[in-house]
Amino acid sequence: MTYFIDRRLNPKGKSLANRQRFLRRAKAQIRDAVQKSLKDAAVADIGKERKIKISTKGTKEPRFRLDPKAAGERDFVLPGNKEFMPGDEIKKPPGGSGQGRGKEASDSGEGEDDFEFVMSQDEVLDIFFEDLELPNLVRTTLKETQSKAWRRAGITTAGSPTQINLIRTMRNAQGRRLAMRRPSLSAVEAMQKELEELEALQPSEDTKLRISALKEKLARAIAKRKWVGFIDPVDVRFNSYTEQPIPTSQAVMFCLMDVSGSMGEREKDLAKRFYMLLHLFLRRRYDKVDIVFIRHTHDAQEVDEQEFFYSRQSGGTIVSTALDKMLEVQRERYTTSDWNIYAAQASDGYTQSGDARRCVEMLNNDIMPLCQYYAYIEILDEREMEVFASEDSGAELWRAYRTVADEWKNFATKRISKPADIFPVFRELFKKAEA
Amino acid sequence: MIVSKRLFEEAEWDFATLDRTYKAIEDIALNDLKLDVYPNQVEIISSEQMLDAYSSMGMPLMYHHWSFGKLFAREDTMYRAGYSALAYEIVINASPCISYLLEENTMTMQALVMAHAAFGHNHFFKNNYLFKQWTNAEGILDYLSFAKHYISACEERYGRDEVESVLDAAHALMDQGVFRYRRPPKPSKERVLEKRRRRAEYEAEAYNELWRTLPAGVEPPSAPPMFLDEDEFDGDIKLPEENLLYFIEKNSPALRGWQREILRIVRNMAQYFYPQRQTKVMNEGCATFVHYTIMNLLYDRGLISESSLLEFLHSHTSVVFQPEFDDRRYSGLNPYALGYAMMADIRRIAEAPTAEDRDWFPQLAGTGDWMAALRDAWANYRDESFIEQYLSPKLIRDFRLFALYDKAEDGAYHVAAIHNEQGYRKVRSLLARQYDTSTADPNIQVTGADLKGDRTLFLEHKMHRGIPLHHATKDSVVAHIERLWGHDVVLEEVAD
Repeated sequence: MTYFIDRRLNPKGKSLANRQRFLRRAKAQIRDAVQKSLKDAAVADIGKERKIKISTKGTKEPRFRLDPKAAGERDFVLPGNKEFMPGDEIKKPPGGSGQGRGKEASDSGEGEDDFEFVMSQDEVLDIFFEDLELPNLVRTTLKETQSKAWRRAGITTAGSPTQINLIRTMRNAQGRRLAMRRPSLSAVEAMQKELEELEALQPSEDTKLRISALKEKLARAIAKRKWVGFIDPVDVRFNSYTEQPIPTSQAVMFCLMDVSGSMGEREKDLAKRFYMLLHLFLRRRYDKVDIVFIRHTHDAQEVDEQEFFYSRQSGGTIVSTALDKMLEVQRERYTTSDWNIYAAQASDGYTQSGDARRCVEMLNNDIMPLCQYYAYIEILDEREMEVFASEDSGAELWRAYRTVADEWKNFATKRISKPADIFPVFRELFKKAEA
Repeated sequence: MIVSKRLFEEAEWDFATLDRTYKAIEDIALNDLKLDVYPNQVEIISSEQMLDAYSSMGMPLMYHHWSFGKLFAREDTMYRAGYSALAYEIVINASPCISYLLEENTMTMQALVMAHAAFGHNHFFKNNYLFKQWTNAEGILDYLSFAKHYISACEERYGRDEVESVLDAAHALMDQGVFRYRRPPKPSKERVLEKRRRRAEYEAEAYNELWRTLPAGVEPPSAPPMFLDEDEFDGDIKLPEENLLYFIEKNSPALRGWQREILRIVRNMAQYFYPQRQTKVMNEGCATFVHYTIMNLLYDRGLISESSLLEFLHSHTSVVFQPEFDDRRYSGLNPYALGYAMMADIRRIAEAPTAEDRDWFPQLAGTGDWMAALRDAWANYRDESFIEQYLSPKLIRDFRLFALYDKAEDGAYHVAAIHNEQGYRKVRSLLARQYDTSTADPNIQVTGADLKGDRTLFLEHKMHRGIPLHHATKDSVVAHIERLWGHDVVLEEVAD
């Protein structure tokens, strides 16, 4: 007897559990690899599905194996002889293995060094943003909008057919059938068969009696099967869900970016990468976070995501215009009693002379009292990074902002000079506070 | 008007065609070739499911472990990048014998694969002495299902990391976890079920709600000893012991009951696959020969078209392709090529022997009944003995086989023998030796365990012809053993 079984519709991803275990195991290597690949990715590709190359360190599967190169002697047989005669000598290739012995190394599970595989966007982002959070996120208000979520709430006897709980229903039905002694189909069939057999026999007094008794029994059984249903409405159970309010805290992130002429393509690219990462992080972890994009030259505009990341603009530099704009938007839409306010500012550190002082004033007087956290990222080129090796030296804006940082604990300043800096800086800024 | 007898014309397949073709193949397999097979269960799967099966040792169900995920990630990347094609089929030594067919195969390929797996491999599994003696085709799926549930229950109870570290260590010792000579106690289906039932019963009895209130890390007063009295360690240590996993499972001072059970699961898997490792050439050779013969008979009887035959031949020749040693594609002798060539050669010797064949194979030459000879070979040999017995001078010439002698200190290999009159026997027995798993695997034994003193475990590697263990891997495997043993482990390498 042969069975053909179509398994194609079976659930996929049978090895998902294994994959999760593998990713967990290789986490350290994968995080390094993800960071490295982030460095080379185009702005728009950050956070897309990507190919990851990791070393097998940490995921080695050692086995005992022989090492014939170290010592000892052996014979082996190869196919495809062309000119060798017995007694000939074949020089061993220096350092490497003998001809065609490559297989031995790969069979052992040790010969492999690095290997590549594809990670989905979700997997990449999970590793990106592991242990990161917005600092000091608090519930700032009592009148916050409450969102609701459906939670399981046991089993009920009424509900919509889509929420029927089959297992419970069938279990009840079976219990009821047993309790009511509902004759099974096979019992009825057995009786029918017996009846046929009896009817085929020579009719005698005895068989007649048995036939009529059996007929009666059969009729009763069939009738009983009718009134004790296979499934009865009383058996049916439904999964029940109730709506539960979940408290959410509202937050807004202001992204301020300098796009003035002094910011070269390279600097803008670095800033955009940083914001892209921030954007992805907020989108992934906090679906209720508003993001406000503000870019500025000598004056500031609120723009949408598309424009923020992809449009080009140029001009002089007045940093304080961006802060003005931020305050304006904040006053209009984000009252402090209802919102947690965050800001991230990226600039090359140059602004019109005298403007830095104004910025500091605004920060100290107006902005910092409102903000949960303010991150300033200065983008330097690598030569400048060397010149300004110490935290205290820097361009005008940097020096001015250091004074703000001294005053406010929740004001952070960082410098970025190459793509490889972005991720470490990002992690430092948003590291989960030790509990 | 002539009504075509053909089973199929199109490349597309459907279940009716599969069924019709299966019946035609079955007819040839059972009546012409007189094969003896387990009942077949043929399953159609998608390419992703094929990758799933790849990465879980080819089994339909398997416990979870990160190494399977790693294998899947690698295979998946290779497949997507087009470096490797998927196997057309996977077949499982179970009763009923399960063959997986890939949905993308053409109808011709499905026919080939059914002949190959559902009859070739199936016959081999059912009849070869190694499989008969060492594996239990009826019980394996039940056992796997037990193993999977047991291990996931352990993960839930003791934590993933705990379970993972035991499995890591056990996997490292898998090659040393088989009985090569002594027969292991064979768990019958009933016994496995009985064991499982008793274990579940014990757990249910021993379960106490109070344990849940203990702080993390505190053991319940008596952790349920999940392995009960049957086939337990009787107090004597029998030495030397070649099955390291077995020895550790029975004697380790450090392991708890569930950890021993996990070692036993891994050991049983290793033992189940051990016959397959010893019969690669024969198993593939048998299946390839069977599909070749069946497909040709189908054509001869007008059941498949000429274009089908050509498609089949194309795929057949690439399966049995043997690159030469200096070819970039060379990665050892292709078991399909060698196996198929030897099977076909047996048929040739039985049907149309040369004078040379009569000299070498007097019992076989010219007997005519090649199927009987093959069935006998399939039943009673493994790779090593099969090659020693049946590799003919003609094949040695065809493959242009030559033997090299290699001494680690020397700067050159010495050609020891080639495909000539003086060399045939030497090449043949050296090749046979190469397929002997007992010389190819390191020979490591437990020689002592100081159970009364400091509990050091003594292992010995008997070096075959002076070849030592690979240094780096040796240390990391010993570290795994120390984790299982809980005390020092000394591994000494001694000359054989």
